[in-house]
Amino acid sequence: MAAVTQDSYKTGFLPTWCPGCGDYGIWTALKDALAKLGIGPDDAILVYGIGCHGNMYDWMRTYAFEGLHGRALPVAQGAKLANHKLPVICVCGDGDCLGEGGNHFIHAAKRNPNITVLIHDNQVYGLTTGQASPTATQGFKTKSTPEGVVDEPLNPLTLALTSGATFVARGFAGDIPGLSQIIADAVSHKGFSVVDILQPCVTFDKVHTYAWYRTRLYQLARDGYTPDNKLKAIEKAMEWEDKIPTGILYKEDKPTSEDREPALARSPLLELPLGVPDLPALLSEFK
Amino acid sequence: MRESVTLKIGGEAGFGIMSSGTMLARAFSRAGYHVFATNEYPSLIRGGHNLITVRIATAPFAALNRDVHILVALNKETVEMHKSELGRGAVVIYDTKEGSLDGGLPIPLTDIVRTHNGEQVMRNTVALGACVAILGVDFEVLGSVIRDQFARKGDEVVNNNLAIAQAGYDHAKKLNGNLEAMKLAPAQKKSDQLVINGSEAVGVGAVRAGLKFAAIYPMTPINSLITFLADHAGALNLVYKQPEDEISGINMAIGASVAGVRSMVATSGGGFALMVEGLSLAGMIEAPLVIDMGMRVGPATGMPTWTEQGELRFIIHAGHGEFARIVLAPSDALEAYQLTIDAFNLADRYQVPVFVLTDKYLNESLWCVPESSFSGEVTIDRGKLVKREELPPDDSFKRYQFIEDGVSPRSLPGMPHGQYFANSYEHDETGHVTEVAEKRAAMAKKRLSKLASIQKDIMPPVVLGPQSADITFVTWGTSKGPVLEAIAGKSANVIHFPWLYPFPTEATRALLGNAKRVIDVEQNGTGQLASLIRQHTGIEIKEKILKFDGRPFYPDEIWRQ
Repeated sequence: MAAVTQDSYKTGFLPTWCPGCGDYGIWTALKDALAKLGIGPDDAILVYGIGCHGNMYDWMRTYAFEGLHGRALPVAQGAKLANHKLPVICVCGDGDCLGEGGNHFIHAAKRNPNITVLIHDNQVYGLTTGQASPTATQGFKTKSTPEGVVDEPLNPLTLALTSGATFVARGFAGDIPGLSQIIADAVSHKGFSVVDILQPCVTFDKVHTYAWYRTRLYQLARDGYTPDNKLKAIEKAMEWEDKIPTGILYKEDKPTSEDREPALARSPLLELPLGVPDLPALLSEFK
Repeated sequence: MRESVTLKIGGEAGFGIMSSGTMLARAFSRAGYHVFATNEYPSLIRGGHNLITVRIATAPFAALNRDVHILVALNKETVEMHKSELGRGAVVIYDTKEGSLDGGLPIPLTDIVRTHNGEQVMRNTVALGACVAILGVDFEVLGSVIRDQFARKGDEVVNNNLAIAQAGYDHAKKLNGNLEAMKLAPAQKKSDQLVINGSEAVGVGAVRAGLKFAAIYPMTPINSLITFLADHAGALNLVYKQPEDEISGINMAIGASVAGVRSMVATSGGGFALMVEGLSLAGMIEAPLVIDMGMRVGPATGMPTWTEQGELRFIIHAGHGEFARIVLAPSDALEAYQLTIDAFNLADRYQVPVFVLTDKYLNESLWCVPESSFSGEVTIDRGKLVKREELPPDDSFKRYQFIEDGVSPRSLPGMPHGQYFANSYEHDETGHVTEVAEKRAAMAKKRLSKLASIQKDIMPPVVLGPQSADITFVTWGTSKGPVLEAIAGKSANVIHFPWLYPFPTEATRALLGNAKRVIDVEQNGTGQLASLIRQHTGIEIKEKILKFDGRPFYPDEIWRQ
């Protein structure tokens, strides 16, 4: 088998994202991480939401499920339970995963399936031309909030941490090598891994630009931070405005959703025999 | 000596009404009788009026009769509510502690329980003992069921329950000098029977068909399917997952299906309303999926614990956009088992969602079925699921290849050279998005062409009773039983529709074309099957017997109208 490289994922179609979109950085980092891990086009399933981020599958050749807005996580969990040897990665948007799919996100974190979620966090609904997303900063003027967003933003990291995610990290679309490493670590983690990826929307957000982020971001690892304490992680996750941390905030080993299913102890559901092993015993319960 | 007896056991929720009825049904089934039991209860856990009706007969039957022969009243309210249903010579068993009742059979239910240091809830066990005595069968008929029912709780509990039931039996035996009339005729020895509810029958059908994954949010009336699957998940090599909502449930099931295992969801109308978006997704990406849709009284929360057939049209039309689906509707537990197996094979064969349309009455009633009908060979047809080695090494595989019958070969994620996109956007043969007019039209046509391909598998409506008759009743689902019971010995027959969509147009036209007088019988307010028949055949059924008060039909209602 040929070695897996970034070229392995070519579909022959070119991206339709706006020039300068943060999605390019995420896409490149994802390809780099998967290639590094040796996960080729036939080796995993990527489950996408609907939004600018979701269009990525068009130029990313892997088994893919481009489902409904907000519903990537349930699809991913079903696929994982059916074949838990298969790497399952969700490529989601902030509106997709935290707005329409917020309930799914909380409950997925609580179950700890061995799935990676990459949240494209750009504070706007880009594909519908720029309305505020659940992570939009208070006061941010968008097409749906001409006077500025009135609500407080939702924090994907504290939500993930308090809901039970066992790997929580923040990346930046403008730092491809750093993001690639975080994604590789997230995919390698056994459990529900969430990567919130800060991403400028160059078309509908003139405030949170690459420069805006670059002057504020700092790397946790360089500060001697160790991701082993949930309360500390929540504190870090709440830093915003002047100093915004990136890197792995929290990581712990816990049984996964699949570990808790007795049927999966033997082999993936997909490989288990069909039908009823002991029919007379089953029917005797109804006599 | 009676050939058939109907008992009702009533009291507050929490009195163990349902389990008493279940034990009684099992006891008489083991003794060789034909049994059926159905429950009525409000949507709460304690208090309210709970009731179970059990019919026991020496010969097979299709429905309950209205007359009650034995009423077990665990509270006074039960007597008030049901005294008008008592047939001539009926026996009312009540607790002496409640006072006295003209013509009733007082049994010291509370005193017997206390003497044996039992709990208040065990009054029903005393009453069961009394019932068995009045029906004139050996105590052992009940004893064997008590032993099995409480085996898990240890010998002490078993023996205490046996003693309490025996005391009830002995007491009734002493008093029942004049109750010879309630004695049951001896049963004919026959093969082993199962006593199983409709949900469990769906469950057994599903696991025999190779179900591997179910995501079901709790909802009446499909909760006992959850219990069945959750209890047996490890032993039957399957995963039951309780999702956070029905939206998640159907998307999980679709994810599992795309990953390659047989999967299902189950719900009722309100839960299915949330699944509709996902149904459309299954149609678009051509994922096999089985949906057990247990109807109850709507709209909205309606009467959650009562029965109705109000969602046939909803199921046929649900989902944005146009896509193929199949709707099957069992009328009893045996058909629920059989049609569930068919549903899984049809879902794989045509890569479409398949409905098993059930209702509260079917799901929660206990039906009596020969064990042999649940233990025959089951054929599992996974349709055009490709094998690893069949995939072309040059990556030229096309998951949505244009193909005459509309059903393209399917690869599974992880198979080398089988890569594709399961895409909710309109797509080309590889699953890649497209908005090109010709490609869109061709792909939509491919998906809809399944409606024609499915024709060869359509189960035609079934004529029950004489082939030629003065009156032909048209029914579906659980309305069949009461009509069948009503037409016995009359010049009438029943046309039953186990398969409702794609509609069996030609067969229906042929059957109704020859009928002299046609009457539609449904448990809804608009005659949904009749409208479907008119839509597809042009035949208008003017006479309709419709019931939508939450209760199933009684046979006498069919003739009265």
